[in-house]
Amino acid sequence: MDMMTTKRIFRAGMQDFWRNGFVSLASILVMTVTLFVVGMSIFAGVILNSALIELRDKADVNVYFTVSAPEDQILQLQKSVQALPEVQSAQYISSGDALTQFRARHQDDQLTLQALDELGQNPLGAVLTIKAKDITQYDTIAQFLEQQQTSSSGGASGIIDKINYFDAQHRQALDTLQNVIASSQRLGFIIIIILILTTIAISFNTLRLAIYTSREEIQVMRLVGAGRFYIRAPFMVEGVLYGIISGMITLLLFYPLTYWLGASTEQFFGGVQIFSYYLAHFPFFFLVIIGTGIVVGIVSSFLAVQRYLKI
Amino acid sequence: MYADNSVALHDVSFSVQPGEFISIVGHSGAGKTTLVKMLLAEDKPTSGSVFFESVNVHEIPSNRIGELRRRIGVVFQDFRLLPQKTAYENIAFAMEAAGRKDDEIHVDVPHVLELVDLGDKMNHFPGELSGGEQQRVAIARAIVNQPDVIVADEPTGNLDPVNTFEVVQILKKINDLGTTIILTTHNKGVIDSLRKRVLTMDRGKVIRDDREGKYIL
Repeated sequence: MDMMTTKRIFRAGMQDFWRNGFVSLASILVMTVTLFVVGMSIFAGVILNSALIELRDKADVNVYFTVSAPEDQILQLQKSVQALPEVQSAQYISSGDALTQFRARHQDDQLTLQALDELGQNPLGAVLTIKAKDITQYDTIAQFLEQQQTSSSGGASGIIDKINYFDAQHRQALDTLQNVIASSQRLGFIIIIILILTTIAISFNTLRLAIYTSREEIQVMRLVGAGRFYIRAPFMVEGVLYGIISGMITLLLFYPLTYWLGASTEQFFGGVQIFSYYLAHFPFFFLVIIGTGIVVGIVSSFLAVQRYLKI
Repeated sequence: MYADNSVALHDVSFSVQPGEFISIVGHSGAGKTTLVKMLLAEDKPTSGSVFFESVNVHEIPSNRIGELRRRIGVVFQDFRLLPQKTAYENIAFAMEAAGRKDDEIHVDVPHVLELVDLGDKMNHFPGELSGGEQQRVAIARAIVNQPDVIVADEPTGNLDPVNTFEVVQILKKINDLGTTIILTTHNKGVIDSLRKRVLTMDRGKVIRDDREGKYIL
């Protein structure tokens, strides 16, 4: 393809775009909706993910030690737990810290605090809070702890009071959490894919209708002796223009929208501030939104012209 | 669209010499337009063949059919101009499609528009032109690539007598310059004034072929 043809194709595409103003406007609006849905899907994915991470972070296994357990033995156990590949963190809370936390939690509950004061001594043992790297790995960690608890040679045999992983309730909560996370991810993914496919189909159909209005012109061009590519290319240029303009509009719309929604989503879902996420990942959004627009525009136009080129 | 056994053309055989002006006449539905479509490879015959010079037009692959069509200028009853392009651009499009250079286009387009007496309406859109003017733009478009043949399919069908006369005069002028003209029409006045070869069709068959014919049906 030489310069002259390229120039003519671009000129024709832009001219058609301008002269069919109303059709162009309609196509751009529909395509904007499509790209908007694509962008929202990205945000939804990000929010869902961070909410799930947050949720996953809430899972842990607590090892409660007896009140009399010596600290150096506990610290030794902490070390060996931390050495496990599955463990992300093992936080040691001494019995004194546990008491302070307990008091803080019950600061409005005078009765409990009074009872504690009556007791005169600290009834709480030290706690080791263990978080796994993955929610499915708690089983292995619990098994290790159980081994430590029962083995006679290990130093931890006498000091562990209880491991809450073996409480039926705690276990159930962990299992439920794991299921919820897995199915939310799957469901979220499916919904997003369906949404994106649907809206792309709508855009595709709109462009097809736009080109349907030009079907007789395409036939005339054919009869006047124009080659297929020469007829088709300006429509593809138009498709690209639709994509770029709709993409720009979408990117612009997201700016006030994420700003407005940013604070409330951060509070509600925790973790992500979508406005700063949008700004930080703008190049990514730019590529995905504009890229989707251009691809949908080109492919739809290419396919739509195809059927009128037959003669 | 049609039942499988309906036959638009049957047993049609004739040849046209370079530089000839041949009119094809017949009632509506006689097969005139189908004949023209065969020539442009817009339709394919179930049997038989159409030769342009020594090439069977129905054996030309679809991506090269444009080369044939650029050598045959077409004028339709309903003009078929591109509505989003001005008169100038409509004609320029045919030249661009043929791969002609910009400076040739700048010279030739005003020239042919002058030839069909529309030099002053170059930048009008088809919707702003009368039927006769639109048909003259279509003729200008058909001749701008200096084709060997002009096929005019009922070019006067939608025009009043004055415009009909003008269009026929233009076609005659083009023929005098050496271009072969194939004209289909059912306008008796046009045929009788031409005094050229007339092919008469009826129900898909050629029933008469007169060297200097009149409209007889």
